[in-house]
Amino acid sequence: MSMPVVSLKGITKSYGTIQVLRDVSLDVEAGEVVAVIGRSGSGKSTMLRCINGLESIQGGTITVAGHVVTQTAKQLRELRREVGMVFQSFNLFPHLTVEQNISLAPRIAKKMAAEQARGIACRVLEQVGLSEKIDAYPQQLSGGQQQRVAIARSLAMEPKVMLFDEVTSALDPELTGEVLKVMEQLAERGMTMVVVTHEMGFARHVADNVVFMHKGTVWEQGTAEVFFDSPRTPELQQFLRSSKVK
Amino acid sequence: MIHQFGIHDILYLLSGAGWTLILSAVTMIGGGMIGFCVALMRISSSHVLHGIAVVYIELIQSTPVLMVVFLVYFGPGIFGIELPKFPAAALALVVYSSAFFAEIWRGAIQSVPRPQWEASSALALTWLQQLRYVILPQAVRVSLPPTVGFMVQVVKNTSVTSIVGFVDVSRAGQLISNATFQPFRVYLWVAAIYFVICYPMSVISRRIERKFNVRR
Amino acid sequence: MSYRFQFDVVLAQSDRFIEGAALTLQLSGEAIVFGTVIGILGALARTEGPRWLDWIVGAYVEVIRNTPLLVQVFLLFFGLPAVGVKFTATEAALFALTVNLGAYATEIIRAGIEAIPHTQFEAGLSLSLTRLQIFRHIIFMPALEIIYPALGAQFTLTLLASSIVSVVAANELTTVAQIIEGETFRSIEVYTITTLLYIAMALGLRSILALLGLVLFRRRRVVQPQVRMSGI
Repeated sequence: MSMPVVSLKGITKSYGTIQVLRDVSLDVEAGEVVAVIGRSGSGKSTMLRCINGLESIQGGTITVAGHVVTQTAKQLRELRREVGMVFQSFNLFPHLTVEQNISLAPRIAKKMAAEQARGIACRVLEQVGLSEKIDAYPQQLSGGQQQRVAIARSLAMEPKVMLFDEVTSALDPELTGEVLKVMEQLAERGMTMVVVTHEMGFARHVADNVVFMHKGTVWEQGTAEVFFDSPRTPELQQFLRSSKVK
Repeated sequence: MIHQFGIHDILYLLSGAGWTLILSAVTMIGGGMIGFCVALMRISSSHVLHGIAVVYIELIQSTPVLMVVFLVYFGPGIFGIELPKFPAAALALVVYSSAFFAEIWRGAIQSVPRPQWEASSALALTWLQQLRYVILPQAVRVSLPPTVGFMVQVVKNTSVTSIVGFVDVSRAGQLISNATFQPFRVYLWVAAIYFVICYPMSVISRRIERKFNVRR
Repeated sequence: MSYRFQFDVVLAQSDRFIEGAALTLQLSGEAIVFGTVIGILGALARTEGPRWLDWIVGAYVEVIRNTPLLVQVFLLFFGLPAVGVKFTATEAALFALTVNLGAYATEIIRAGIEAIPHTQFEAGLSLSLTRLQIFRHIIFMPALEIIYPALGAQFTLTLLASSIVSVVAANELTTVAQIIEGETFRSIEVYTITTLLYIAMALGLRSILALLGLVLFRRRRVVQPQVRMSGI
């Protein structure tokens, strides 16, 4: 068996006296898509942010592509080269064009020549279907387009794993489809992905494994079919019922 | 006569500080009143009033406060009049400050969303009534932090009147430093007196701002 | 009205006025450059630095902002020799203006940095950038855009406030004006001309800043077809 790309072992984290993660363990194999679902406050976004060190942890170990998540800035930077992250609020850089947004990190973090970085920008933009927007500013794009550019920006660093933090939650319903489609294509190309989402359809049809987080722990997990068709715990059953109503 | 810096010098500085405070108060009241009128002219629909207000504000905000003081101090000489130092100083600072008060309050008034005007005009209120009962109560909140902040500038600006000989705390310091030859020590005292006056206002300005920001 | 304006007597000194105005421009120009550098460093110290540094810079800002420039000029002029530093009146004036603007610029720039959402910072971290790189490439320009009007206004105030350094005879425009007034006794004429020169310089500075704003913030021209001259 190969080494998992992402491995969390016994993660605990608290803000003051409030424990947000308790003994969370999770393995993500290469090429695997893991969907993480759960109510707001269940700790799912926090767990995701721990994986690339945006949040510190109090206990346990996280390894990503052979790097251990630590606190030294330099090691964290090396790790983050392997981990792409896409946020709910897009977080494109408003003063930079689409191309500059994408090529910034390759040029600066990887010290790539401008021309080479532009080539990469063209390639990843094509991948998300936005080649014609290369010289636009983020403000000139729709929310869905902005989020696709954000995905392209992460791809440009050629990550080994990508983290998606409720990436469609800030979008109007009619714009979520185009983003989900791009993510689905990524999955088909074999990208390793951890996706925190409210999109049950995506979790069911694209994810290999689904994780239900509840009260700061991994409450239940399994392959998509088993997970949705025969949930074991009453909490998950109730959650699935309530999210279907929506 | 050279003498040692002592308690009577400190008392003299404090009496100068009294004049600084009086001059500041007069400036805030006079400058505030004129500034309010200019702000209203600035937002009025009359092109003439609007134009006058814009030019008034722009010219004064492009002029050093010291030049306003000089012009007001020496200007009446054209008519053979010599203004006493306090009225001259007060008039100059009132004129200078009014332009800044006007800009602060114009900004505050215009920060009230347009529909508020439209809604109140639909209630058949006159322009002045709309201003008085609907717009100003909302604008005051926005204007309070920068107004208090500018009051700090007013106090500090009074120091330039010492250059034409008005005996405020700065001028008092200059006189004592000439008499004691201990300028550094004297000006430390002067600075401390200004700080004691201004710092509380700065803190209040920030507190109000934070309070409003949280509520918003 | 018996007063007869005599501008010719004063205008005969136009060379000296221009020299004074040139020094005013030089002094305030240098103060703007150095003061902005202090402002950037001060703002970084307050947002990124350790607590004790934040505290020290905060104290500097408060002391400067709550005392008049006039007193600061005197303190430096009389205080520096006491610690053995030799300088001319013009140097003391430059020092005072720089220290003064530095305090205001620190607060303005800090406000700009704090106005940038923290998520921008996180996006930079996730892309494997260092804190300094994030500041330079991601935070700086948007922050500058937000504070540009306030910073420009502060620059103009520094130009105008430079007249106060005449109290130590710094040879700039106001000092020159006072000397000419002493020679000609034409106070009104002298100060009218001086005021006009200041107004011209202030308007010039504001125009330059507005133009610079158009160059710096290209996105605004592209994204919003109607460009308001960046109000200063």
